[in-house]
Amino acid sequence: MAAHRCGLSLAFILIFSCIAHLGIADTLEKANDTTGEKLSASDAPREVNTDAESVDLNERQWQKTDVEPDTRDDPENSPSFRPAPAKDQFEEELVIRPLHSGDIYASFQFRTLWDVDFQQEGQKASHYRLFPKSLGQVLSKFSVRELHISFTQGYWRTMQWGQPFIASPPGAELWVWFHNTVSDVDGNWRELTNVLSGIFCASLNFIDLTNTVQPSASFKPLGLGNVTDHSFLRYATLPREIVCTENLTPWKKLLPCGSKAGLAVLMKSEKLFHSSFHSQAVHIRPVCQDEQCTSKAWELRQTLNVVFDLYTSGQGKKEWSMFKMFSRTLTEACPLASSSKVYVDVTDNPEGELFELSPATSLLSQAVVLGDRRTYSVYDLTRAETFGQLRSLNLLLRWKGDSGDMLRPLLHAERYVSGFGLQTGEIHTVIYNNHPFRAFPVLLMDSVPWYLQLYIHTLTVTSKSRENKPSYIHYQPAKDRHRPHLLEMLIQLPPHSMTEITVQFERALLKWTEYTPDPNHGFYVGSSVVSALVPSMVAMNTNFTLDQPLFSSFVPVKEESSYFMRVYTEPLLVNLPTPDFSMPYNVICLTCTVVAVGYGSFYNLLTRTFQVDEPSPPLAKRLANLIRRIRGVPLLT
Amino acid sequence: MGLLSDPNRRKALTNLLTRLNTPICVVCYLAAIVWFMGLAFEPFTLRTYMSENAMGSTMVEERFSAGERALAAAKEFDAHKRKADGMPVEWLVKAMQARGLEVFTQSFSRKLPFPDENKERYMVRGTNVYGILRAPRAPRTEALVISAPCTPGSTNNQAVGILLGLAQYFRNQVYWAKDIIFLVNEHDLIGMQAWLEGYHHTNITGMEYSPLQGRAGSIQAALSLELSSDVITSLDLVLEGLNGQLPNLDLANLFYAFCQKLSVLCTIQGKLQRNDWDSAEGYTHAAQTMMLMVLKQASGRSWGDHGLFLRYHIEAASIRGINSFRHYKMDATTIGRLLEGMVRKLNNLLERLHQSYFFYLLPSLSRFVSIGYYMPAFGLLAVILLLRALDLWVHLGAPALSEADGVSEAEQPSSPGVLSVLTPVVISHLTGVALYLLPVYLQEIAVEHFPVSETEAVVLTALAIYTAGLALPHNTQRLLSGEGTEQGWKVLKLTSLLYLAVLLGCTALINFSLGFILAVTLVPITASITPHMLKSVSALAMMLLSPAFTIFYCVFIYQELMEAPVSLSEGFTIFLSVISQGILDHALYGSLVYPLLALFVYPCWLMFWNILFWK
Repeated sequence: MAAHRCGLSLAFILIFSCIAHLGIADTLEKANDTTGEKLSASDAPREVNTDAESVDLNERQWQKTDVEPDTRDDPENSPSFRPAPAKDQFEEELVIRPLHSGDIYASFQFRTLWDVDFQQEGQKASHYRLFPKSLGQVLSKFSVRELHISFTQGYWRTMQWGQPFIASPPGAELWVWFHNTVSDVDGNWRELTNVLSGIFCASLNFIDLTNTVQPSASFKPLGLGNVTDHSFLRYATLPREIVCTENLTPWKKLLPCGSKAGLAVLMKSEKLFHSSFHSQAVHIRPVCQDEQCTSKAWELRQTLNVVFDLYTSGQGKKEWSMFKMFSRTLTEACPLASSSKVYVDVTDNPEGELFELSPATSLLSQAVVLGDRRTYSVYDLTRAETFGQLRSLNLLLRWKGDSGDMLRPLLHAERYVSGFGLQTGEIHTVIYNNHPFRAFPVLLMDSVPWYLQLYIHTLTVTSKSRENKPSYIHYQPAKDRHRPHLLEMLIQLPPHSMTEITVQFERALLKWTEYTPDPNHGFYVGSSVVSALVPSMVAMNTNFTLDQPLFSSFVPVKEESSYFMRVYTEPLLVNLPTPDFSMPYNVICLTCTVVAVGYGSFYNLLTRTFQVDEPSPPLAKRLANLIRRIRGVPLLT
Repeated sequence: MGLLSDPNRRKALTNLLTRLNTPICVVCYLAAIVWFMGLAFEPFTLRTYMSENAMGSTMVEERFSAGERALAAAKEFDAHKRKADGMPVEWLVKAMQARGLEVFTQSFSRKLPFPDENKERYMVRGTNVYGILRAPRAPRTEALVISAPCTPGSTNNQAVGILLGLAQYFRNQVYWAKDIIFLVNEHDLIGMQAWLEGYHHTNITGMEYSPLQGRAGSIQAALSLELSSDVITSLDLVLEGLNGQLPNLDLANLFYAFCQKLSVLCTIQGKLQRNDWDSAEGYTHAAQTMMLMVLKQASGRSWGDHGLFLRYHIEAASIRGINSFRHYKMDATTIGRLLEGMVRKLNNLLERLHQSYFFYLLPSLSRFVSIGYYMPAFGLLAVILLLRALDLWVHLGAPALSEADGVSEAEQPSSPGVLSVLTPVVISHLTGVALYLLPVYLQEIAVEHFPVSETEAVVLTALAIYTAGLALPHNTQRLLSGEGTEQGWKVLKLTSLLYLAVLLGCTALINFSLGFILAVTLVPITASITPHMLKSVSALAMMLLSPAFTIFYCVFIYQELMEAPVSLSEGFTIFLSVISQGILDHALYGSLVYPLLALFVYPCWLMFWNILFWK
């Protein structure tokens, strides 16, 4: 058996080297058979001994998987394969991407589809199968059309890690589209935040009107329905929210298998929070149930993104395994899942020079993610052979390359406060367009709390040291203690440029009850949001040399020419003028004394009329005068 | 307050104050000096204690052990520094990147208003290199800074080595809640100023610098390390910053706590702590330490790279390694551990350091004098000015009261009085403006006509204007309005006394030491000056107690306290360089001592000089 396996692996290596020489030229053909045939044909002259079975085993299966959130439809899960009676559907997947910096990015996605249409009148859902009841009830009670909530601990380092699959700002972010039948949107919103606060064990109840905005353009519905009236949209962030296990546990409970089976067994909180970045999110939206879109379904997409730092956890040894990272291995798929897969991004590693992946898989898949064509090794957990003889899947990754230099992502934004002192300041937002020749517009959204009083007349937008006039500005001024500032701008970014947006502000003096318990920590200003259609890397690639047939490369494909991306800047921590709370007693005593003594005496001096007063004569004199008056003699003076 | 509204009792009080004015003033002055000297006496001071809870109870365990590797890195840095003849930017960037930091550089250039002869620089061009260690799961809102200056010659290499060693060690730890910035700045304070201005995107001193690419939110605290030998015997803590600003006392407490924990000898002002407070030597030692702090604070200079952070409300201190050939030596590992412990505790901070004192004097590292204890010493001096002003006010008012029926008549002589006051005030201040502006602007002309260097030209011009000012006011006064009246000088003196009181009071609130030193020298002569005194003697006394001579004495006292006494001629050389440094500090970092002296204190003193020559 050992010999046989040796032979197999030898065959595999040989085939692999063949692929390295020839196979890379393979086009993106979906059909497995043709590729297989080609491969075996190219093998034939070199590897005579290879029997048909080994070819079958080692054949590279190409499949098209689109990881883009909007247009996702696995060919494997086409309706014909789906069990007919149960219309609800659950899929799970884990994408592992070794990052440029040598870190590991693990992204879980769980998708639950639910065949209920609330929007039709009179229909009330009472039966829940895979969809969590707690969320279903929330959807129906508050007439929610779309709900997006994310909890993030840490900041995504674009310069080192590239782009995430789904971006999210540090802290908590919640945006909800309500149905246009809702009359009291603010009331619904308030109740909804309180309910969600309970469901996710988070401080979402601190969302109130002072930190809620209605973006006019930045947040469009992602699901069905073309709503443009942004009065039904509410958006709020809590940059201070700290995410920990108490938020993870209720999130895991929403999964059909909980954390008992499937990919969710990997989610051990002590490991997930021992990372450089942690983000968990829930997205609910209506989607089409089938291709004709005759009926709608609810899609619940739960995502969990973690970046593990190989440097600190490995004690210098850059070796990573599923067991080391999650302290678990995979043994089975969730029985309720119609698809359960692990993807490993091997794009930068065609010949294994960057890292070594074991166990090797024959299944490869290509997808265009964020404008870049990526290749993934696929491990299908629904197939028994994935787990091998040990009945468990423990992916092992040995890092060989160095951690690279910093990246230059096409779109990148950062923000900081400039100036010193506690009176005024300036918010700088810097947006980089690193595309060498293409300009593209971005939509910048800034929501600033009322206690930073923006001087909107000082707003400047400069690119390449020239003024850049935004083509669209939506500004809603703040009302003290009621509403934050909202600033939305559409800015054209010139190619290969840095655009700087500055606006000055004055720090307000709060009432003494409005300070947080730790006022000297500072006050947070949420991330600004940059939404953009970014020209894709695939379209940018003018170097069509190797793997592109000529007929496919002249005009770039429409849907690949640009992709939607959202970038969040870092939140700001701003110090406000803070009284010394440690000595209220002294202050009260001092002010009372000063007021009493100072005011009293000054008032006295100012209002009193002074008269020259005859000093009253002494007692003896008065007595003498009395006697003199009786006697009729002139009085003494 | 019936005391004031009752005319009889008010009269009694004013009588008492005018009659006993001189004795009260003398007593106040002596009491102020005694009070101030008493501050160094240990039973009168408070023991330092950690106020910040986040740094107090949570003990940290120091595990840094790569001291040897740090010294090896220091050697390598030294070699590359020699090769590059300045900052080895490329090597440093690579070294930091290899330790897992995000590395950025900033280049800057600055043309000094005139050549700095102490440091031999005029056109300064340099590069700062800094690496940011990103804290896991932190949203880039808070940061700590550890900096080490890259100075020419073979100094401070070890500091850079330890910085790199710490960076490597910190990178492997998971407990960071704040990003940590490791900064190596070239041309000490100028580089630091460029970096800070770049980080906060301000430009207050006309520095040219390239914008910063990487930031890490608001900086909470900073430590600057200066270290020049592989083994050291003690660590010195430097706190005095620009314009006499001090970091929060908790930072000093933190340093002291870790020195105690690691049993490291620690000093402040280069002076060890003594335990025999009840002996004369013990007291003298504490008094010397405190006096040194007062002198350093009064100078308004930044005594280390940390001093520039304070403007941005960042608590910062410099730690300086001293090798003084004692028996007890520490290696780099101990210093690394000390820094590790301090940074970890700063990392634990939930709020900015704000719990402890910002205004204090330190007679030793374990004892401090808070603002409530030292302010009375200044208050007693300021009271003298107010008492004298009250006395004059009463004297000015008394003849007017005696001619009670002629209220309208009394106003007429007072209006020329006001005008006569205005002339010397304006002339004195114009002299002050000249003293502030001309030395730098006239340097080229001076260099052309006299065989001096630019720096000498600036300093000597300043001295010349200062001396010329002595001749100006009373001459012009005589020219403009002839002989001064008796009432004229009294009004002028009243104005000047109140002006000086306000000036010194404001100065002392911001920089106690400066205010106190100025008050000690200016108050006796200004309080007693009249035109009726013997001109030659009193003029000499006034000269000897003028601001310039105050600086001159401070130079000598400072040298004496540093145990490096100088002769008169050496002292004069130092005095000249102190003046040039003061002007440079103002131009380069925005130190306010030079403009304060030139624009306010000197004109105020000139007004008193004017009184002396009133007739």
